[in-house]
Amino acid sequence: MTEDLKKHILELLSKDTRFDGRKLLEYRKPLKVDYNISINAEGSAQVTLGETVVMAGVKLAVEKPYPDTPDAGLLMVNAELTPLANPDFVLGPPDIDAIELARLVDRGIRESKIIDMKALCLEKGEKAWSVMIDIIPINDAGNLFDTAVLAALAALKVTKFPKLVDDVPDYKQKTNKALPIDDKKETLSVTVFKIGKNFIIDPTIEEASIADARLTVATMADNTLCALQKGGEHTLTAEDIAKMVDIGIEKGAELRKAL
Amino acid sequence: MAYTKRLDKRKFDETRELKAEVGIIPRADGSAMFSMGKTVAYAAVYGPRSMFPRFMQNPEKGTLRCNYNMLPFSSGGERVRPGPSRRSKEISMVTEKALLPVVDLSNFPNAVVDVFIELPQTDAGTRCAGICAAALALADAGIVMKDLVSSVSVGCIDGTIVADLSYDEEAYEGKVADIPVAVIPHSGEITLLQMDGEVKKEELKKAVELATKKCREIYEVQKKALKEKYTAGGKK
Repeated sequence: MTEDLKKHILELLSKDTRFDGRKLLEYRKPLKVDYNISINAEGSAQVTLGETVVMAGVKLAVEKPYPDTPDAGLLMVNAELTPLANPDFVLGPPDIDAIELARLVDRGIRESKIIDMKALCLEKGEKAWSVMIDIIPINDAGNLFDTAVLAALAALKVTKFPKLVDDVPDYKQKTNKALPIDDKKETLSVTVFKIGKNFIIDPTIEEASIADARLTVATMADNTLCALQKGGEHTLTAEDIAKMVDIGIEKGAELRKAL
Repeated sequence: MAYTKRLDKRKFDETRELKAEVGIIPRADGSAMFSMGKTVAYAAVYGPRSMFPRFMQNPEKGTLRCNYNMLPFSSGGERVRPGPSRRSKEISMVTEKALLPVVDLSNFPNAVVDVFIELPQTDAGTRCAGICAAALALADAGIVMKDLVSSVSVGCIDGTIVADLSYDEEAYEGKVADIPVAVIPHSGEITLLQMDGEVKKEELKKAVELATKKCREIYEVQKKALKEKYTAGGKK
């Protein structure tokens, strides 16, 4: 059955179209970001891309910095592929797909240095803010990677510190102080899929299931790359990678407009 | 000290704003959102589908399996650690028992109907909102049901009976009893009853009466949401 599906998709791609009538490098619609979808989070957002819906929430806490970075805050990204969102997701601790998703978002945010981690330190070696981002797909209709990065970034942008009382956060009292974020370093990712000789973005679940390989390209506002991840069972050539990076940069600019 | 005015100025028998929407998760066989004030529950139903692990299959009839979960950023305090806790496991179990009397899975031996409840934002009454959403999602999935289930928590605060406690009311300093109740609206039968706090038996009787009355109001909100999806010209 997979063979038939692949044949059919390839046939369409050769005619420059897809199951849903899109062009190869076209996002689904609508692309929408809703902010502050959970008032109890310090920051939250929900991204809708076609039928895919992903939530991200940020909680802040005060913790002891890591010994190797005593003067910096802490960052943690976690993804829960809750079985609510997809019949194939199962209950239990994060599996490898959830871990890859979380690590990809983590690298995109960490390596872009969008958050000034040093500004999160309260007392060197003792106390610093910890930024915990949780990513939850609500309806998985494909392309979780790119929607998750967008949701995490959107949630970070509206995150406000709770009031500190004796170095303990009082979550009932929110301040107007935003996270130290550098807008120029806003990270977005575009995952480019290779199917046969074709490159597509924003795949549906069917398209992703028969893709040969994928490359996630995370870029900042000035088009500098800040994270890459190859996936899939097939190889990529150096030319493929150059082409995919170009697509990633070009399409990333489109995503950026949604924020 | 008598509780003469509610903290959020509601009438004693008034619930918070109720909202319901059916069919919010297209990938699921059935889904719904139900919110009471700031408490928001999403429910998705998958099935009937094959039951795994296999030793849990029941050759007599299908199994209803519920999972209740608060999202990590949903609580007003610290981040909730992901994964099951004793609390979430117990709530999953009582949710299952609250819904089971209305569903008929006799035609689906060895199969399971999975109900996943996720809460992105919470302010008390989470199991009740979860049950309301789950009942809608089961109906949306086309599961044979003899009625919906509606649920609300009622309470007794310093002798005053109130409907749909908020978190601040649960945490009120006086004597507080928190009583989540689920009701089958047509028959008035009760499928969930829990209580923690202090209450006299006369107060409990009044509280359960109020819960039944409020559940029938919730039922109207649920029915309206279902009709919105399934009536011609309705949305979606």
